[in-house]
Parts: sequence; C-alpha cells; structure tokens
Amino acid sequence: MAVTAVSGSVARPIPRLRRMEDERWLAFALLVPTAVLLGLFIAYPFVEGVLLSLNSTRVGIKGEFVGLKNFDKVWNDSIFRTSVWNTFWYTGVTTVFKLALGLWLAILLNRHFRGKALVRAFILLPFIIPTVLSTFAWKWMFDPTFSVINWTLFQLGFITQRINWLGDPDLAMTSIIIVNVWRGVPFFAISLLAGLQTISPELQEAAAIDGARPWQRFWHVTWPLLLPVTMVVVLFSVIQTFADFQLVYVMTGGGPANATHLFATYAYQLGIGTGLLSEGAAVSLAMFPFLFLIVVVQLLYIRRVETR
Amino acid sequence: MIEGAAWRKWVFYNIPLILFVFVLLFPFYWMIITTFRPDGELYRPWNAANYQPFWTNNPTLDHILYLFEETSFGRWMLNTMFIAAVSTVISLFCGVLAGYALARLNFPFAGGLGTVIFVTYLVPQTLLFIPLAEIIRNFRLGDTPWSLILTYPTFLIPFCTWLMMGYFKAIPKELEECARIDGASRWKAMIYIILPVAVPGILSAGIFAFTLSWNEFIYALVFLSSPDQKTVPVGVTSELIRGDVFFWGPLMAGALLGSIPVAIVYSFFVEHYVSGLTGSVKG
Amino acid sequence: MALVSIRSVNKVYDGNVHAVKDVSLEVRDKEFMVFVGPSGCGKTTTLRMVAGLESITSGDILIGDTVVNNLPPMDRDIAMVFQNYALYPHMSVFHNMAFGLKMRKFEKPEIDKRVRNAAAILGIETLLDRKPRQLSGGQRQRVALGRAIVRHPQVFLFDEPLSNLDAKLRVQMRVELKKLHERLGTTAIYVTHDQVEAMTLGDRVVVMKDGIVQQVGEPLELYNTPANKFVAGFIGSPAMNFADVTLAESDGKLWAEAQGLRIGIPGEIARRANGRNGAHATLGIRPEDIHLAGPTDPTDLCFDAEVEVIEQLGSEIVLDTRVGNSAFVASVDPTLRLKVHDRLKLAMNPARLHLFDAGSEAAI
Repeated sequence: MAVTAVSGSVARPIPRLRRMEDERWLAFALLVPTAVLLGLFIAYPFVEGVLLSLNSTRVGIKGEFVGLKNFDKVWNDSIFRTSVWNTFWYTGVTTVFKLALGLWLAILLNRHFRGKALVRAFILLPFIIPTVLSTFAWKWMFDPTFSVINWTLFQLGFITQRINWLGDPDLAMTSIIIVNVWRGVPFFAISLLAGLQTISPELQEAAAIDGARPWQRFWHVTWPLLLPVTMVVVLFSVIQTFADFQLVYVMTGGGPANATHLFATYAYQLGIGTGLLSEGAAVSLAMFPFLFLIVVVQLLYIRRVETR
Repeated sequence: MIEGAAWRKWVFYNIPLILFVFVLLFPFYWMIITTFRPDGELYRPWNAANYQPFWTNNPTLDHILYLFEETSFGRWMLNTMFIAAVSTVISLFCGVLAGYALARLNFPFAGGLGTVIFVTYLVPQTLLFIPLAEIIRNFRLGDTPWSLILTYPTFLIPFCTWLMMGYFKAIPKELEECARIDGASRWKAMIYIILPVAVPGILSAGIFAFTLSWNEFIYALVFLSSPDQKTVPVGVTSELIRGDVFFWGPLMAGALLGSIPVAIVYSFFVEHYVSGLTGSVKG
Repeated sequence: MALVSIRSVNKVYDGNVHAVKDVSLEVRDKEFMVFVGPSGCGKTTTLRMVAGLESITSGDILIGDTVVNNLPPMDRDIAMVFQNYALYPHMSVFHNMAFGLKMRKFEKPEIDKRVRNAAAILGIETLLDRKPRQLSGGQRQRVALGRAIVRHPQVFLFDEPLSNLDAKLRVQMRVELKKLHERLGTTAIYVTHDQVEAMTLGDRVVVMKDGIVQQVGEPLELYNTPANKFVAGFIGSPAMNFADVTLAESDGKLWAEAQGLRIGIPGEIARRANGRNGAHATLGIRPEDIHLAGPTDPTDLCFDAEVEVIEQLGSEIVLDTRVGNSAFVASVDPTLRLKVHDRLKLAMNPARLHLFDAGSEAAI
C-alpha cells in the first residue's frame, strides 16, 4: 500500500481491536460450532468406522487389525448378497412408483379447487408422522390373522385364502415397498407441486394456442422445466431409501428367514444384535461407494444447472 | 384453462384425488379406530362373520390407560420432547450462524465448505451408527439424552445451514451495508437486521428440525437401553412387544399419541413446514 | 463537516479486474460532489471505498484529516442512501431512522428529537409508525434520506438514490435533495449514471470511465470545455454531434473536412491545432449550437443537410439530419415548418466548436 506517500502530519488512528469486522475472522467464528459438532460426530465416526471395519472387534473384545478380512467374509455371505440385491430392488422400484404417483398427485393438486390448502396439509401427514409409528399401523393392517386388507378383499370376493403379507419372502418385500411408497409419495408430490407452481401458466396457454394437446403440453413444456426439481428430489429420495432402516426393522426385522434385509438392517443385526461390531461396520461402509456415487452425480448436476 | 365437461373433471381429477387422499390417510384412521376399540373386537380373524372392522360401538380408553399405567410412555414423551427441543435449538444456533457465513461473507474456501456441508447433509445415519455407538460409549454418554442431543445435530445442522443459506441469499446485501454505515458492527448488523428479517426461514428450519428429531429412530434405538431413557419411537417398538406378541391396542394408542405433538406443531406451521421442505430440496 | 480526499486510490478485484485506476480528487467541505459515468466506470466502487464497504487495494482515503483506509464503516461517521433504499423491513419508519442513533448509544429523548426533526424536514411525520412495505416509492426514499440526516454525519454518500423512482417523482426529489443540501450544508458525494442529475445537483462533477477520472469540474465547465470526447459526448442532451474530419490548411486558414462538410476552424482552436495539417480529428458541436443558416452566417461555417427525422418537442425541434456520411442532430426554432427529406442549409456557432484528437480523444 502507498501508505508512506502520506505526509506525517496526517492523523492515522490505530483502529480499535475489531477483529470481527474482518469477514474472514467473523466467518471463522461463525463456523466453529458447526465444524466442532460435525467433526466430532461425522468425520471422527467415519474414520473410526473405517478402522473398525479393518479390525476384528466384538462387543467387549478389543480387536486387532485384520485388513480386508471382514469385507471378504461379508462378500461371501449369502445374506449379505441378498441384502445388496434387496436394497437395489427396494430403491429402484420404490423410486419409480414414488416419482410416478407423486407427479400425478402434484398435477392433481396444481389446480384451484375448494379446500386445496386443507388437502395439501393432510396429504403430507404420512411424511411428517414418525415413520416407526405409522409403519406399525401398516404392520397391524398386514397382520397375518387380523388383516383389515384381507378382510376387505374377502368381503369384496377377490380372495378366498388369506394373503400372508409379511410371512412370504417375496410378498414381504412387496409389502415393504408399498409402505415406503405410501410414505414417500407426499414428499414427491409437494416438492414437485412447488416446482410446478414456478412454471408460468402462460407457457401452458401459449402451447395450447400453438395447438399442443394436453399430453404434448406436459411432455414438451412442463416436464423439461420440472426436470431440475425432479432430479434433486429423486436423488434425495434414492439416498434416503438406499440407507433405509426403520421401515424394514419394524415390518419384518429382516425376515422371514433373512429375506428382506437391507444394508442397514443387516448391519444392525450383525453389529448390534450379534455384537460383531467390525463386521457390522463393514456392512454399513459397503453402502459408501454407492452413496458417494449418488452424491457426486448430484453435485455435478447442481453445478451444471447453476452454470447454465 | 377450460377443462371441459364436468364428468371429465370428475374422472380425471376429483376421483383420483379422492383415492389418493383415502389411501394416504387410511392408516391414520386405522390407528385411531384401533386405539379406541376393545380387545374383544380387535382380535377377530379376518374372515370372521358379523365383523365390523371400520367402526366400534364400544369405545374404550383401556389402551391409553395401559400405556400410562403399565409402561413409561409419559416419560418417553417427555424424553422425546426434551431431546427434540434441545437438539433443534443447538442445530438452529449452529446452522443459522454457518448459513450466514456461507451465504453472506467472503472468505477463502467458502465454496468448498458449502459443498462439504451439503455432502454431510446427505450422509445417512445408518452409515455411521456402529462407530458412533462406540464413540458415544467412550464419551460415557450411552443411555443418556445427551447421546442423542449431541448426535442429532449431525443431520440437523447441515439441513438448517442449507435452508438458511437459501434464505440469507435472498436478503439484499445493502441491508447490512446500511446497518454497518449506521454504526453497527458486522456482528450487530447480523443480530439486529439480518436475523429478524430471516425469522420465517429460521422458523421453517426449526419446525423441520423438530419433526426430524422426533422421527429419528436408529440412533435412539442403538444408544439408549433402559426403558426410562427411551424416546417414543423406540419405547413403542421395544416395550409393547413381548416376544412375538404384539399389544396392538396400546401400540396403536402409543403411535397415535406419539404422533400428536408433531401433528400439532405441523398444523400450526404448515406453510413454514412446506417452505422448509421445498427449500431443502431447492437449496 | 469535513472534506474527503482520495489519493491515488486503486481497486483491483480478485487480482485481475482493475475497477478503479489511480483516482485522486478532493471533495471540499460542504461541497456536493457528483460522480457520473456509464455503468462499470468505477464510480460506485469509489463511493463504496469511501464508505468502507470495499477495501482499498492501494492509495489513501481521508475524511477530515483522518486516514480511514482501515476503519470499518461504523467508525467513519458517514451516512449512505442506497439505490434500493435498504430500509430495514422489520422496523417501523421511526425505528429505521433511530437505528443509527441507537447503535451510537444516543439518549432516548435526543433520538426522539432528532427523528421527529428530520421527519418534519422531509414531511413524513405521519408515517413514523408504518412499516416500509406500507410506503410508496417516494416515501421510502424520504425515509432513507431521513435515516441519513438524523445522524448529522460528516459526509453523505448517495448511491443512485433516485433511479428507482418514476420520472416525475425523480425530478421532484432532485429539487428536494438540492434544497436539503443547502439547508444542511453537509459534504456529499452522489453517484449517478444520469448526467442531468449530475448537472443539476453537483457543485462539482467527476466524470469517470473505465475506472479513470476523465474530468473534474463545475457543471458548466464540463459542458463548455469538455476535456475529451467522452466527456463531451456524455454531458448534455441531446448528445454532442461528432464527425470524423481531416484537418487541412489552405488560404491561411485551418479547415475541417469530411464528405459534404468543410468547416473553417475559428482562431483560438486553430492556433492550438497548429501543425496538425493533414491529421485526422473529431469535430464536435452540440445540437443547440447548430441553427438554420441566415444571411449573416459566414459560408465557412455552413453546411448542407438532409432532414431524416423530425422530433417536435414543443419548446424546440430536434432534427436528425444527414451530412455526407456523417449524421448531425440539430435543435432548431420550434416555429419552423419542416418536412422529412427537406434539404437545409445549417450553420454552426463558431465559439462553441470543439475539436478532439483522433487518437487520444483529448480536446485540442
């Protein structure tokens, strides 16, 4: 700085100590609490988890370093393989249904009708009510002996035999998928509705005047403009679903015969249930590459949208 | 726009919407009706004759009384309330400050830090619960509310930060420049000018954070063990099932009562909640 | 009350964008100084450096006789009015105006007195309990002004404060600002891109372009003797006419020649342009200094023009004309009856002719 160019007669007060007037210091101070908590309970556990997975720790027994043995063991474990398949199937199927039904519901809500605010408020209930609690309601509805769904289907003449919703391995996964879709549709619908509301109705009108039929209007006008919101909502939902725990834990606990385990429930069963902490940590961490991939896709996508 | 004949409106809009609402709300109806139905009516086989599953003429409070007399349900409610409230306050405090720094201050690595926060926002609890359980034990926090109060912020802070960044970015920067010229320090400009303007955002973030912590399950399941320390979701799961016998009446009563505080908070702040929800995906 | 001096100040953003280049000027005590220039010229950046909202890359800024380079805005004893008013939306008008005093820990009665006093000056006493969103644009503007004057600061800074108002209100507020300054006599720096505001408000005006000060002077000085082609073209409306000409000496006289144009350069400028025979230059003449040629006009100041567009403004007629391959705008007597494609003989006022160097664009 050309400070020395000024003559000595000029008063040059030394500013009082105002460190927080410097943006960098203030930013640092404001970020400290967050950094401490996230460092202590995210970064540290992550490192700890990696170490644990390379160890042979059990509850009460300090393990020693075993390299990738846990991963090797887990990889040759048929329950783990089922869990991997289940997780991908569960994530894929539920996401398709949540998106399709959510979009449909969003379109139904994106009009003026009486009681719209009330309907919108009620529709979100499955999303805000604690999952464990609402899942119990479903479990009760799927009860092998007292199922109200079976009762209704029987009364309507659709079935003569009871459907063992949670007792049959294939059907159990389907039941879980139904509950997940039920819980997720409101989130999709409300988020997509917000996206729909940012699209100017004049665009629809212009397309209609240009002779586009409703389906064409949706495909050529609405859908492309809705795509950014859709992408973000889908990626969020994929991560949540992929790492899901509570729904399966309550509905089947991973059964029958370990047929409905996901990564998280199997990790819980190994790590907490059986006390094989290291193997449980390894199963948990096995989710990481996929989650990482999704996060990278999401970041790239956000960056692309922002720079466009 | 003109939608055509009335029957089209019914077929394409009203009937599907009614079906959606019915399916989305039926489980809650089922929860309510089960809560007030006596055991004698509950446990009737699905194909029994003269069975009226959708209504009861003999409503009872037995299940609710059972909850409060035979289990620590009251304690669980208080625990959950306390844990959710304190962890929400902590997360709001951290998230508002961090969001302010990331959205409105220029400093090296601001962009990188924003990305880090966003990534932690996406870290699911199920990825880290086993090592975290070890850490909680080492810190001697196991089986105390603090094990949850300190860990819930790990998913609440990134969320609050992300949401608040969006709110702060929308406030014109001249406001705090003007305040600083008016004689406020950066800190005072933030406290007196920007935070009051961002109150709707803070409220949204707070309500959302509260419902998220009320919902949390796996940390509570893993970190808490004694019945008196449990939160509602964990208490209901572990204390109302004996082996494979489910006490459906009390279970549904617990589910219903456990949902009420969230539902009340939600009903008062629907708009804030929705803007929090949509803001959380928009960023 | 204080003077502001800016000494060799530079601003470089992110190490490569040089927004303000070596600006030096003095704003005298009680002076109303206007910074004017096109967007991106560095005028706002300079103002923000005086305010302390931007750091100074090099140089010094003094308020009174204190170097304020490292003082945060709150310690500079200045007040600023922003383009978008920046009223605190959650505070009433009263509290908006009182905020600066509260931050400086004034006593409550004093705050009350000053706010009411300022409100009376600005005619907003009845609005004190309202929130900003309940005010019209003009009222918001007054509150923003009021917030500045309650403080009795050493310097007022204005960042395009009138540009969000509609045309009529802008003229009205301009007059009020002028009155206010005469009444308070506080040193003021006013940034605008509107040369009319600059001319009407400024005791002196700084014209900036590309981060460089082009000229500093009283409004009429800029109008009459612009330092370069940019200032000449920026100040005045409609803008000065420019024609690319070649200078040629013949018959002991200097001529500016272009296709369809041959103007004899009058004495004073010709002397300064001495030795430029054959050089390229730019001839400048304001529309109001062109008139319909009469019998008394010497032929070496006349030229033939074809009318292309006629804009009847009532008080004058603005003609767009074609002269060879140059275009000239002339402002003529409103009583004339003219038609498009009329061919006219126009004459220039020799005392108001300008000549600029073709390369440096500096006035000759």
